[in-house]
Amino acid sequence: MDKGNSRGRFRDTEAAKGLMLVSPTALYATLLLAAPLFAVVVYSLMIDSKTGASAGFTFNNYIEVWTGKIYQAIMLRSLIVSMTVTLITVLLAYPVAYFVSFGVSQQRKALWLFLITIPFWTSYLIRVFMWKVILGYNGVINSGLMSLGIIDEPLTVINYSVGSMVATLAHAYAPFAILPIFVSLEKIDRSLLEAGQDLGESKFLTFWRVTLPLSMPGVIAAVLIVFIPTIGDYVTPELIGGGKIPMIANMIEVKMLKQNDKAMGSAIAVTAMVIVAAVSVLFLLLNKRFLKGQSK
Amino acid sequence: MTTEKPTMIEFRDVQKYYGDYHALRGITATIRAGEFFSLLGPSGCGKTTLLRTIAGFEDISSGAVLIDGKHMDGVPANKRPTNMVFQSYAIFPHLTVAENVGFGLRRDPRPASEKAKAVAEALEMVGLKGYGARAAHALSGGQRQRVALARALILKPKVLLLDEPLSALDKKMREQMQMELIKLQRQVGITFILVTHDQEEALVMSDRIAVMFEGQIAQLADPETLYRRPNSRQVADFIGTMNFLPAKILSENGVVEVEAQGFGRLTLAADQVMGSKTTEGTSIGFRPETATILFDGQVATDRETLATIEEVVYYGDMTYYDVRLDGTEKPMRLSMRNVFGRPVLDIGTRTRVGWSPGALVLFR
Amino acid sequence: MKKSPALKTYAIAYLIFLYAPIALLPIFAFNDSRVIAFPLSGFTTSWFVEMWNDQQLWIAFKNSLTIAVSSALFSTLLGIFGARATTRYKFPGKGGILGLIMLPLVLPEMIMSMALLVILIGMGVKLSIFTIIIGHVLICTPYAVAILSSAFQSLDRSLEEAAYDLGETPASTFRLIILPLVMPGIISSLLIAFTISLDEFIVAYFLGGNQTVLSVYIFGQFRFPQRVPSIMALGFVLVCLSILLLTIAEYFRRRGIAKTGAKDTGGFL
Repeated sequence: MDKGNSRGRFRDTEAAKGLMLVSPTALYATLLLAAPLFAVVVYSLMIDSKTGASAGFTFNNYIEVWTGKIYQAIMLRSLIVSMTVTLITVLLAYPVAYFVSFGVSQQRKALWLFLITIPFWTSYLIRVFMWKVILGYNGVINSGLMSLGIIDEPLTVINYSVGSMVATLAHAYAPFAILPIFVSLEKIDRSLLEAGQDLGESKFLTFWRVTLPLSMPGVIAAVLIVFIPTIGDYVTPELIGGGKIPMIANMIEVKMLKQNDKAMGSAIAVTAMVIVAAVSVLFLLLNKRFLKGQSK
Repeated sequence: MTTEKPTMIEFRDVQKYYGDYHALRGITATIRAGEFFSLLGPSGCGKTTLLRTIAGFEDISSGAVLIDGKHMDGVPANKRPTNMVFQSYAIFPHLTVAENVGFGLRRDPRPASEKAKAVAEALEMVGLKGYGARAAHALSGGQRQRVALARALILKPKVLLLDEPLSALDKKMREQMQMELIKLQRQVGITFILVTHDQEEALVMSDRIAVMFEGQIAQLADPETLYRRPNSRQVADFIGTMNFLPAKILSENGVVEVEAQGFGRLTLAADQVMGSKTTEGTSIGFRPETATILFDGQVATDRETLATIEEVVYYGDMTYYDVRLDGTEKPMRLSMRNVFGRPVLDIGTRTRVGWSPGALVLFR
Repeated sequence: MKKSPALKTYAIAYLIFLYAPIALLPIFAFNDSRVIAFPLSGFTTSWFVEMWNDQQLWIAFKNSLTIAVSSALFSTLLGIFGARATTRYKFPGKGGILGLIMLPLVLPEMIMSMALLVILIGMGVKLSIFTIIIGHVLICTPYAVAILSSAFQSLDRSLEEAAYDLGETPASTFRLIILPLVMPGIISSLLIAFTISLDEFIVAYFLGGNQTVLSVYIFGQFRFPQRVPSIMALGFVLVCLSILLLTIAEYFRRRGIAKTGAKDTGGFL
């Protein structure tokens, strides 16, 4: 038996078994995910937005997306909304994750996590709609405050605004932020914290110099996990914003379906993906920097 | 001796590559029927890989593995006359103890009542009588170990393979299981092949031991030979403790005459000379218990040398002394049994050390 | 660690914030007024009756069930293939393939639906329940792969080897050892895929053609203020159903952990 040969044979069988086993799933994703996405890219680069006909290879659609005032405004709004949501969500979530990890006994952690995850699994539409009901002109807050005699007229600042969109989204993605932070806090060796205090650090400084840096990978994961879906959210602008404060997803819908302009729709979609990817890569790099800084 | 026993396992120049990593570098050895055989070595030496080539879990890159005279190339694990006790025990957690033990009997054509009897007998043999209905995942480490043994032995394999079976147990439990395994092996009489990194465990349990380093067998011998006549400094270092002193060969003529630091001129028999592959140069080696500190009035049985005590470690039943023989650079470790009425000496004490040329080994 | 009362108070307040909108559901579902506002005007079950008698809702519900069951079964099946292959074997391009399969987790659903829509229309496929299932399987498969990967991962490789060693073939080993041990994972994957599909709106809205499903029906009803109370009733029923399904899923997940004797790391994700 030739040794090189049999080595090759062994590797082949292992690789072949794996590939064969993964092929149904991979094939499905290739045909129904990779191919459609590829088609979108082709549309955005090959079709003229005005005529809908093939235009050869062109960047015109992208130029329009990147320079058009409306597009810029909507994309900027999407970015601002999703970044604000991310910031608020992560800031609000950190203490909760910290509490569950450090302040809850081992047996009760699972219960807390379960309680935190349940709302996420209940109908997203209904949850968003509840916020509309809560924040609306004749909504729960206004009617409640008025019946208590605290205000005489409905507050208008809380309905149909970017602010109410942010509140709604921050609520919808809260569990997403807690879980990764919790996981990274759980991984911290508790003796490190004792060592910190043993070395004369105050509780706050121990948190600042040990706990927080060590939980940074979880924070960054939380940032991504909240940022990515919120920037592409469709339901909240539609329901809470009353369709008057569109974000990227709503714009894609308008272009693709209402105006039947697949080229522009595709260009916006690809742009959105690029923005999401760019922000993700930025944060992942930040994460790497953090990990490196720690290992020094 | 056991030389008349027939061969059970034969390795013929077994080579194994993982990609570019050369895991087994030409293993040639035989394991006899009914023997308790150990593969001993540090982690990564290839001992587990070699065991798994017997079980059929690893293909070999070249060479041959024979079990009871039959080539095993292309024979899958489920068709080999071997059974294995896994390091993690691999007890099926969703089955009861009895279902675990009887798992291999599924294809056995015997009626269910006979199989149940066989399971009960196997459980009794490993000291788990009456445990059959218990859930497997509720067992303790030692009990899992016994279930794994019963499950493998019930199939009456020609060879039982044990992959570090005792490493997950605490010290007391481990020593108890060692004794039980030896008894069990004598009782069932089949070949046991044990993989371990614990030299003491290998010495205690085995008829013969193969010491492995870096994918090769460095020495294959019975425990006493391995301990008293290790064939290289590497083996000597791995099995127990050995002291080394630089030496120079003066003449060779049937016997070997050497000049060793601290010991002076010596004549050694041919079987005391090991053709070591070390780069450390020629040296003399001796075990801590083969030299002894001579207390006042004691007379050396053979020869003696003056020395200074540099370190004392008290172990209760034993005291370890690091002594520097006059004319040497490094301290040597001696182990002395503590006898009632004999004092433990202090650091810095001048003393006489008694030793015997017959206990020395020369590595060249 | 010392307990900090301030932190605990905050955490409880946070939980209240999380649950407040859901807690309002039953309040207004049983409130005897078409307007969703305080003060409450009395107890009624008429919204549930109104919901019950809505033919449209029943059609949507039936469609949603069909879609959710099909998506759960199909995505779990794909998940088994994907999870088993990636946890057990090394093969070239593994990272890329896994990345593609998991991509829907980070891809805005709108982009995914539009891309699918473009290609489905391009191929002349008529939009129907079937096209929704196609999209939902894409969305649910990453969750199935994630859940099942952890189930397959916690499976000690030597269990498989032990079964071979005791005379079983790869096929019978899968049936006798692997399948029973990952069964809790399969069940929680089915339940979670079912829940996701039942809830999903965007794919259902854009790929459904003129077929209504539950989420699209709910979305449509929001336009009619007089329908809101009965949507509250429906929402309350759905929330109860989700919690029930989740509790079952969590039960099976824990049983799976207990069975394999692994440590509980908590949570679904």
